[in-house]
Amino acid sequence: MLRDSVSVGVAVGGYGVAFGAASVSAGFTPAQSAVSSLLTFTGGTQFAIAGVMAGGGTAAAALGSGYLLGARNTLYALRLAPLLKVRGWRKALAALVTIDESTAMALAQPSSRLSRLAFWWTGATVYVCWNLATLLGAFGAQALGDPKRFGLDAAVPAAFLALLAPRLRDGAIPRRVALGGAVIAVVLIPVTPAGVPVLAACAALALGTDPRVLRTLRGRLTSRRSS
Amino acid sequence: MSNQTGWWIVLLSGVGCYSLKYAGYAMHQRWFARAGVRRMIDLLPVALLGALIVVEAVANGSAYDVDTARLLGFAAGGVAIWRKAPFIVVVVLAAAVAALFRLA
Repeated sequence: MLRDSVSVGVAVGGYGVAFGAASVSAGFTPAQSAVSSLLTFTGGTQFAIAGVMAGGGTAAAALGSGYLLGARNTLYALRLAPLLKVRGWRKALAALVTIDESTAMALAQPSSRLSRLAFWWTGATVYVCWNLATLLGAFGAQALGDPKRFGLDAAVPAAFLALLAPRLRDGAIPRRVALGGAVIAVVLIPVTPAGVPVLAACAALALGTDPRVLRTLRGRLTSRRSS
Repeated sequence: MSNQTGWWIVLLSGVGCYSLKYAGYAMHQRWFARAGVRRMIDLLPVALLGALIVVEAVANGSAYDVDTARLLGFAAGGVAIWRKAPFIVVVVLAAAVAALFRLA
């Protein structure tokens, strides 16, 4: 279990290097990128903010999509709270390291004692690796110059696809929602300010509604129209 | 982006995202008992990631920006994901293919 936690941490490090590089090429300084990893510490959000700012979006659009992506951590915390039973400063610390990896590792354990161990080990390792990797990526990108020469512009969408892939394997509903989000974004790119297409993609959640609910709604609408 | 804007974004994202995490430990379990709410929050990243992929792949600001090298790199990353390659392989492969195509 400890070996798993550590290997997850090291794997995340690779992603941290990519974030540091993307953040600097979006116009953040290495210091800002480092503080972002220390405080925000949730990869999807940090990457999204860098992406929106790199595309010329406003700060509000960047923060908006960042918060929406970070909202899943609230659900993780709710799920973990009865397992971890933390109070006081431990609760404050647990909140900081409540992310995809630590939650997944904790929930994969057969007993609550092992869950707690997995949560803290994974959280701590990922925190250290992610922050060191951010520094490496940020200063590396600054030293290397034009990020396009190194293909970073291709690596960023590929990184997002890698994050999305496990959900696409989950079933038809996530696939429909992801495709809906993509279509909304494609249509809105030329007609809205940068950053808005990503926020507007939330409307694709309507496609995630249970098909039975949709059928009932449609039934009600048609019966009202005919009456 | 000015240096000051950069710091504001970093601080606000840090405070906001930490609060989102802390809220889950602080709030009553009952608040999120509704299956519909949980489901929507669970699907949020899926919709956003779908959009982010497209925006990063074919947009520059408010304009379409179709770049062969970038798309080839992205496609190589896609194949690696399909073959269930580890994350670092996906990222490095996508970058390498785009960079090599630009050299050629």
